[in-house]
Amino acid sequence: MRLPLTPSQTIGPFYHHALSWPDGPQVVPAGTAGRIWIRGRVFDGAGDAVTDALVETWQSDPDGRFGHPDDPRGPVPGFRGYGRCATDASGAYGILTLKPGRVPTCDGELQAPHLDVSVFSRGLLHRAVTRIYFADEQEANADDPVLWGSVDPSLRQTLIAERSDDGYTFDIHLQGEHETVFFRL
Amino acid sequence: MTSPPTSPRTNADPVPAPPRYGSDEGVQTLVDAPDYQSSRLRVPRRPLTELPATVTELTGPLLGDRRVDEADHDLTRQHRGEPLGERIVVHGRVFDGDGQAVPHTLVELWQANAAGRYSHDGDRHDAPLDPNFTGVGRCLTGAEGRYRFVTVKPGAYPWRNHDNAWRPAHIHFSLFGRAFVQRLITQMYFPGDPLFEQDPIFNAVRDGKARDRLVARFDWDATVPEWALGYRFDIVLRGRDATPMEDEEHRP
Repeated sequence: MRLPLTPSQTIGPFYHHALSWPDGPQVVPAGTAGRIWIRGRVFDGAGDAVTDALVETWQSDPDGRFGHPDDPRGPVPGFRGYGRCATDASGAYGILTLKPGRVPTCDGELQAPHLDVSVFSRGLLHRAVTRIYFADEQEANADDPVLWGSVDPSLRQTLIAERSDDGYTFDIHLQGEHETVFFRL
Repeated sequence: MTSPPTSPRTNADPVPAPPRYGSDEGVQTLVDAPDYQSSRLRVPRRPLTELPATVTELTGPLLGDRRVDEADHDLTRQHRGEPLGERIVVHGRVFDGDGQAVPHTLVELWQANAAGRYSHDGDRHDAPLDPNFTGVGRCLTGAEGRYRFVTVKPGAYPWRNHDNAWRPAHIHFSLFGRAFVQRLITQMYFPGDPLFEQDPIFNAVRDGKARDRLVARFDWDATVPEWALGYRFDIVLRGRDATPMEDEEHRP
């Protein structure tokens, strides 16, 4: 039986007291070996900071596995894989995590390490979905079926996080000259 | 007869097909809503890039029991006293598009109080806060995808989108399902609200039948005599049907 889907609606500006968790940004606890901060800012089409966005991330563990029963290779529990952080007054977010491993496609091709990202905000009726790849994974990136297969070559750079002091930097531009590549699932 | 050689599975091995999820049918995709001022500088302008679903998209956070207390579903019992307003029961089932119940999934909810004011620092509407109402609830769906909240009916409130703009009364819902592709944040409305007509957020859902699915129905069966009115709101997330829908161009 097919059921028609429930439409998406905006998160609005007043979600923080409901959706902010103390450990939301911590995919792994502070002090975890190998931890990285993925930090960035969210901008609108005028180049202004988006100060009321919610950024969510979903990713594999460092071995490319998920603690999830639908992973056809079997679940590997222990890694939450999920991060959630509201942007602050400067539009900044930060996720403390481990660098993901390589996840295969259904054809067995290896993807480059990546995180899936959802951006929710006032003004967006539906989340904007993007991916974070890593600048120091050039070889893997060049083989990635999404980054090298689906994404316009002139826009690839918008999906690549740069090294920083404590991890990586990944800014998100909802519009404008530097508009990030967003995906349809 | 010898059995075929086996090798340990590595990441590079082909993997059995994980579940597939159907189309979003155009109702869960990025759309322009020119009448909704905040969307103008925020909705991405470039065409979306197709993302073929991989294991990353076909799995998702399974956030379970440690996030939810037994009392979290009753927004009228989170403070010393009871909140003012019309007490209501909001309940329903969470399905996927194939009609399968989605059990044990986190449902988060937030809303304004009966006077139309959020318990949020950013809300400057000149209406009273209620010291007995935060307006935040959460629960996990049961084995059959059922959820139930007790709360008060939220008030309508003004905003500055256009002249004399008012949001119809609504409750925000956030759901995860079991896969990244199923993640949904939406709003539930109340039947017969006269403010629907001028609301650009509600009307951003262009298809009238799809809009109707955002409206709870009044439910006598859930109405508790001498205590609370009942509303039913079923939620349907992306389904696992392998049948591809006809690919339409959803962007205007």
